[in-house]
Amino acid sequence: MAIAPPETQEASVAPTKASELVATDVHAWFGDRLVLEGVDLTFERSTVTALIGPSGCGKSTFLRILNRMHELVPGARLAGSVALDGIDIYGGRLRATDTRRDIGMVFQKPNPFPAMSIGENVLSGLKFSRMKAANKDDLVEEALTKAGLWTEVKDRLSSLGGALSGGQQQRLCIARALAVKPRILLMDEPCSALDPASTRRIELTIGEIAHEVTIVIVTHNMQQALRVSSTCAFFLAEENQPGRVVEAGPTDKIFNDPDDQRTADYVHGRFG
Amino acid sequence: MSVTAEAVRDVPQPGGPRPISIRTDRSVQDQVYRVITSATGLGTLVLLFLIGLFLLLRGLPALRIEGFRFVTTSGFETIGKNLHFGVAASLFGTFVVATVALVVAVPVALATAIFLNEYAPERSRRFLTAVVDLGAAIPSVIYGLWGIFEFQPNLVGFCTWLSRHLAWIPFFEVTTPKVTASLFVAGMVVGLMIVPIIASVTREVFSLTPQGEREAALALGSSRFGMIRTVVIPFGRGGMIGAIMLGLGRALGETIAVVIILAESFVISPHILQTGGSTVAAFIAIHAESGGPTGTAALMLAGFTLFLFTMAVNLAASAIVSRSRSGAGVEL
Amino acid sequence: MTTIDDPRVDGLALVAPGAAVDASALQRPSVADMPQAIPPQRALPTPIRPRDVGWADGALLLGAAFSAYCAVWVVFYQLTLLSGAFGFFVCWFALFLAVYGFVTAAVVDPETAKDRVFVVLVVSGALLVLGLLVYIVGWVVLRGLSHVTTSLFLKDQAHFEPSDPNVLHEVGILHAIIGSFEQVGLAATIAVPVAVVTAVYLNEVRGRFSRVVRTVVTAMAGTPSIVAGVFIYSFFILPHVLIGKSGIAASLALFILMLPWVTRTTEEVLRLVPSGLREASLALGAPEWRTVWSVVLPTARSGLITAVLLGVAIAIGETAPLIYTAFGSQVMNVNPFHDPQGALPLVVLQNVRQAQAVLLYLAYATAFVLIMIVLVLFVLARVVGRPRNDKRAPLRTRLTSLALQAARRDRGAA
Repeated sequence: MAIAPPETQEASVAPTKASELVATDVHAWFGDRLVLEGVDLTFERSTVTALIGPSGCGKSTFLRILNRMHELVPGARLAGSVALDGIDIYGGRLRATDTRRDIGMVFQKPNPFPAMSIGENVLSGLKFSRMKAANKDDLVEEALTKAGLWTEVKDRLSSLGGALSGGQQQRLCIARALAVKPRILLMDEPCSALDPASTRRIELTIGEIAHEVTIVIVTHNMQQALRVSSTCAFFLAEENQPGRVVEAGPTDKIFNDPDDQRTADYVHGRFG
Repeated sequence: MSVTAEAVRDVPQPGGPRPISIRTDRSVQDQVYRVITSATGLGTLVLLFLIGLFLLLRGLPALRIEGFRFVTTSGFETIGKNLHFGVAASLFGTFVVATVALVVAVPVALATAIFLNEYAPERSRRFLTAVVDLGAAIPSVIYGLWGIFEFQPNLVGFCTWLSRHLAWIPFFEVTTPKVTASLFVAGMVVGLMIVPIIASVTREVFSLTPQGEREAALALGSSRFGMIRTVVIPFGRGGMIGAIMLGLGRALGETIAVVIILAESFVISPHILQTGGSTVAAFIAIHAESGGPTGTAALMLAGFTLFLFTMAVNLAASAIVSRSRSGAGVEL
Repeated sequence: MTTIDDPRVDGLALVAPGAAVDASALQRPSVADMPQAIPPQRALPTPIRPRDVGWADGALLLGAAFSAYCAVWVVFYQLTLLSGAFGFFVCWFALFLAVYGFVTAAVVDPETAKDRVFVVLVVSGALLVLGLLVYIVGWVVLRGLSHVTTSLFLKDQAHFEPSDPNVLHEVGILHAIIGSFEQVGLAATIAVPVAVVTAVYLNEVRGRFSRVVRTVVTAMAGTPSIVAGVFIYSFFILPHVLIGKSGIAASLALFILMLPWVTRTTEEVLRLVPSGLREASLALGAPEWRTVWSVVLPTARSGLITAVLLGVAIAIGETAPLIYTAFGSQVMNVNPFHDPQGALPLVVLQNVRQAQAVLLYLAYATAFVLIMIVLVLFVLARVVGRPRNDKRAPLRTRLTSLALQAARRDRGAA
């Protein structure tokens, strides 16, 4: 398949903040309904982990537990711990807003702020967390370059963020998330609403930024999981059961030599 | 079959096929249906036009007598030799009441809308929203009754406080000791009356904020206030303005509460805490059936004036709202 | 240790689609065949709802409130720079917010401080509004209730003699009750069909003039209520055309006020009817009018009823349009087509400023009756409009389920 050449402009390399995230015995409820049970996963620093599995088995719910977005749903509850470099984000020492700054998220449907310009969109995260930036223009350029959008928008940074194509909007969201220098980046099916060319571009971006931010990506597309991730976790919710992690391990192993029969069935497309 | 299509085929032309033209033949029943509904719809247009026309027509005698002075003088002497009437003081009073009402209502209504939409606990949200919506259905006489017998006595203390400690602001100065039955008190009651309308429409507008943008802000580490400030309010700006203008329109036309509370007087002065004043709507209500034929004509003319400027405010509101992002989804 | 009787075992089906089904797969799988993926049965941990607010934050809030109170107390009572209960409260609130904001910014961080102060402001504003509304309704109900007598519903104001010691039992508002019901009833009878047809024109027919009509309806909605009454007066009563001061004149004025409101609400309700229903009906060959009459309107029925109930609730409290039309009356007049007629809100208006205590009591009692009617209609409207199946389902799914019910009914009837 044809691969577009990566961005030739060298982005200024920021010191890596990639961190380790350890989820221990995570459970999730919506009201009284248990939707996720006993998830134990470790996301090592500077790795890309793909969460795969059929729809409705709790992958997105789990992802939202990682950055304290799950609790925004009325009636949502959880149990277990999520340790960011050793500190449990649910332990009471960290505020939700701080956690979300350190653990960024890119959503399935691109959601740039339409009332802000492209430049303002990128800097919006800093505004929210009251972070100071020595040089705002450099930061905007750095973030957009990492997201692979700089060359396309560098001449129109002050035009509105909503006026871009779907793929460009998603890359803008990635740039916005990267601008606050998160330690972890969560991506919830970021390419499912995009065309193949944009998908490819974003996968390239993932590869380029993985060394400086640990990435956890939920994806339905198994080829994508193969392409971008080094580790995989297979989620499954059986009938009337909460979602669980059936198997987790190196991507190679999950796809070519899984321990569990159900994993094998899923990756070979026998159900999904 | 009620709809038939006749296809007109053309000889194939170079450059590709041309689209066929389709003629929709509606059945007689449907044509009648469309005519009836269209006529009814247009009937509303006719009605509106008639309202304006007849008010002006019946007000013409008064216009011939006073001419333009109708809006520059005040009073209601319509019997006898010295005919002298006008709505100047009433226009001024309407403006004052509406301003006080808006100043009081807008911040509080916005707070209520934000509270209901963002902070109210799930379980009580429906009930609390119902209470606010009920406020829009409470008759004006009841607001007036409560206003004069319960609210005003409690407000007198505050008005006196204002006149004593903030007298350096010309509005709050008083030259007479009485502070009841004033434009200020009337304005406050009208303000309370328009809060439910502004709050309801604004709440509806805010509830249409796209979930994706909200989540994006929160995921970036924004506090709830930050999210409201950067996502909800910018999105809802058009709808908010529309809601406020809707409230303004209501405040301009409010009659009964003002009639009950305000003591009529045709003085134009900035001392809104003092007793006395007049609004156009109250003017029309109070002098009903009095003043002979000239008086009646004057009242019709006043009615036409009121009709004109409330219409202008409402049309402007409608235009602003429909052009905005949030307003497009909300009916004013 | 899971056994064959474990209910979870039955639910597993690992037969791949398309694969040949062999006989062994149809037997109940034994424990030995089961992959070791079912976690051993154990107690679930206790769920928590994470909160970022703790005891310290509550203490901060109370502390700020208390210190502001002390400071203002000193200024008001010791230094007597200012005075007045209301002023005290205003100064206290302002100082409390300032103290709370600054201390939170210093102890926690500025962004959280802004967030917290904002919450306090928003909650205060909302509580003020809700409190006042409850206060008004409660006050009218309590005050009015104490003046309700049996004669209220049996007599009118014809035999009012202030010197009569038994006067309270000689006056009532029966004339006003009848008047109000007749006037609003007639108004609704004309307004509802016209409003529904106009809404159908706007939403279903969508003719060339839709935009104009919609603007007109919006403009009419903003008409002050007194103007409606004055218009009817100028059109009919003044030139002595057709009707004079009467209940029907009031009905026409109320019609002008009800029409835009009911039209707009109905249009909203119609818009929520899924277009799939219309398409299904048209695809079956039904003419447009039949689609509207048999499919769209019945689906929207509960919404329509709500709209009408609320329209009536609002109309019954309208006073201003009655001033120039029905004019009010002290005596019984059951004929809405002739002669001035009383109405509930007019009784309140006309008796509010009276010197005689009895008339004032009458005003209170009438206000009570009025607010009870409005409350009942309002609650009824909300009950009717409530989602049938799931209380919290969003409107779209609610109407979809209503539509499905309608479709099932039609299929059953066909």
